[in-house]
Amino acid sequence: MESMLHITTLHYLVLGAALFLLGVIGVLTRRNVVIVLMSIELILNAVNLNLVAFSRMWGGLHGQVFAIFIITDAAAEAAVGLGILIAFFRNKETVNIDEVNLLKW
Amino acid sequence: MFFLSHIWLIPLLPAFGATIMFFFGRRLQKATVSAVCVGMIVLAFLMACGAVWQYSAWSSMPEHYHQPYQTILYTWLGTDTGQMNYATYGGSTAAFQADAGFLLDPLSSIWLLFVTGVGMLIHIYSTGYMAHEGGYYRFFGYLNLFMFSMLTLILANNYVMLFVGWEGVGLCSYLLIGFYFHRKSASDAAAKAFIVNRIGDAGFLLGMFFVAWYFGSLRFTDVTHIAHSGRFAIGDPIITAATLLLFVGACGKSAQLPLYVWLPDAMEGPTPVSALIHAATMVTAGVYMVARSNALFVLAPKSMLVVAIVGGLTAIFAASIGLVQNDIKRVLAYSTVSQLGYMFLALGVGAFAAGVFHVFTHAFFKALLFLGAGSVIHSMSGEQDMRNMGDLGHRIPTTHATMFIATLAIAGIFPFAGFFSKDAILWETWSREGGAYRFLWYIGYATALMTAFYMFRLMYLTFHGRPRMSHEVEHHIHESPISMTAPLVTLALCAIVAGWLGWPNSLGGSDRFTKFLEPVFASEAQVLEYEGHAGQLAAGEKEEEHNTSTEWLLMGLSLAAAGVGWGMAWRSYRHADKDYAEPIAVAAPPVYNVLLHKYYVDEGYDYVFTGRRKLGDVRLGVLGLGEASAWIDSHVIDAAVNDVGWITRLTATISSWWDKWIIDGIGVNGPAILARMLSYPARLFEWGLVQWYALVMTAGLVGFLLYYVYH
Repeated sequence: MESMLHITTLHYLVLGAALFLLGVIGVLTRRNVVIVLMSIELILNAVNLNLVAFSRMWGGLHGQVFAIFIITDAAAEAAVGLGILIAFFRNKETVNIDEVNLLKW
Repeated sequence: MFFLSHIWLIPLLPAFGATIMFFFGRRLQKATVSAVCVGMIVLAFLMACGAVWQYSAWSSMPEHYHQPYQTILYTWLGTDTGQMNYATYGGSTAAFQADAGFLLDPLSSIWLLFVTGVGMLIHIYSTGYMAHEGGYYRFFGYLNLFMFSMLTLILANNYVMLFVGWEGVGLCSYLLIGFYFHRKSASDAAAKAFIVNRIGDAGFLLGMFFVAWYFGSLRFTDVTHIAHSGRFAIGDPIITAATLLLFVGACGKSAQLPLYVWLPDAMEGPTPVSALIHAATMVTAGVYMVARSNALFVLAPKSMLVVAIVGGLTAIFAASIGLVQNDIKRVLAYSTVSQLGYMFLALGVGAFAAGVFHVFTHAFFKALLFLGAGSVIHSMSGEQDMRNMGDLGHRIPTTHATMFIATLAIAGIFPFAGFFSKDAILWETWSREGGAYRFLWYIGYATALMTAFYMFRLMYLTFHGRPRMSHEVEHHIHESPISMTAPLVTLALCAIVAGWLGWPNSLGGSDRFTKFLEPVFASEAQVLEYEGHAGQLAAGEKEEEHNTSTEWLLMGLSLAAAGVGWGMAWRSYRHADKDYAEPIAVAAPPVYNVLLHKYYVDEGYDYVFTGRRKLGDVRLGVLGLGEASAWIDSHVIDAAVNDVGWITRLTATISSWWDKWIIDGIGVNGPAILARMLSYPARLFEWGLVQWYALVMTAGLVGFLLYYVYH
């Protein structure tokens, strides 16, 4: 039982995969761009979780450094994404991603 | 030998006068103009007399006995470098060369004397006649220029320089016929004279080329020398062609059939011009040229026969027209044509001396007749129609008397000048064996009768009968000033005595005129004799006794003809009143009409040569040629041009179609269209929804994962 209570790497990976799935489903299904961005953050954090879990498993710090980089990168990406969103809203008066279909022939 | 060695001064004097008139004439007084121009001619005349006098002394020296005097100033055309060499007949080369050279021999002496002499008198006469006319200096400038050209023609020592003078007198003739250029008829007549003369000149030029090619020289002395050398047979076809062509030139200048038509129209010029150029001097240039080429002509008997026939026919043709003309100057013009015909008849029968003799006497009496007619016109306030004259005899007695003398001379009444020269011609014609010559004698004889008739008709209509002019004109009738009558009297004296120079042997004379010309024509007489005909000079000595009685008989006959003509005119016209009847019109109206219309020759020429009249629907002649050319231009040349244009346009249409549909359509647009067509299915993959793209990516990712997991 003790081994059952012990939190192994696999648990982290399952949680990471669950978060990743949630993020992917959010990105693919939600129409509000803000929520899509939030879902992307979920995906990124799922990856972070994996990196940190593997870092703990191997006892190194490389994975954690990577996670810090990704968090920084996600912050920058959110800033850019929200900037585009505001510019888009000013033009279209909507944040609905369905109505952003100009990227075609 | 000053005059002889400075003979080139004679033509240059009038040239100098003409130059002064050309540059300064406008600003000069009439008196100055007269002084300069008449002075130049007087000087030229004196120099001519001096030159001839010195020549006769020179040529009687034993070392150049009977030689022509030749002085060459410089080589005018041609070089020593051989650049102008040409191949002559027979293959040798000759250098084309024409000198500025002057030749004086008995033949040119005679022309020189009467041209300067008569020219001088006519210049003096013109000072009176033209006194009230505009363009006085222009008139005298042209006259002097004419004298320069005529003297160049006479004194030239080669054909080229003769041709220069020939063209020069043609130009002056044109300028002076068209002197009253504001009158359409005058400028037309001038153009007609110029153009008809060009036809003759073309023949002359071709003849000249033949001579240059055949003889290798254009110098008269060389040509004569070669012709005498016996190198060429009598009847040589090339010489025949050359002489015929030269004669075409003579026909143009000397108004022979069929080129005589310009001369009657030339009467549009002032009367002194008619006297000087179109009676006494210029029109005899053709006779001069033929006489100058006598050595060639005797080698071409066929040409001689042509000359004789043309001369004879012209004589009677023109005389018959003269019978009925009413314009006093036109009668004289046709008379001139007729007399020129006599001269050519003489040349054609080989009687060169007789022909030249007639030129000489004719110069005096015909100039006198024209000047007299001018005086009549002057007194009649410009009237030229004889129907409106009459009874002038006692009002202008000097003119009447002098003209009467001239009429006696031209009619051939003994012992006036025309009698001797005309009888010499008729006698020589009679002396030649052969039917053609006998026929020509009949023609000449009939012409003599006609001449007497039309001349006395002119005299009676003008000076006798009832006055038929208007009262105003009658009131103004006056004798001409002394400047006009003095030349008349002088010429009248010449018209009496000029013939005595050729007083024939048969009448106890010595025929000094023929003797004077012997150095020029003697050897030709031998050639003629060799041909088997009685040459003019040889005949006299050989068969003198036999012939003298015949000659007397012929003289009597021609005197009778002149008398009959005179009598007929006297009977018909001496009482001519306003409604006088023309005897020919009474006897044979159709004949009269034909004669009055000059045989419709001008009309015929308009139909055939000028094309001013249409023959049915067809236009012939020059204008016809023009029309035909215009038709060919518009229907053939332009059509070809248009066809070429049409073909070009067709090609352009085809290539533009090809470019548009094949090159652009298939080559350029084709791939583009293809690419576009291919793009239709491709673009279906893009519909713009970002989430779809993400889904596809995810699906693909999942697909790959599954593939790797379960593979």
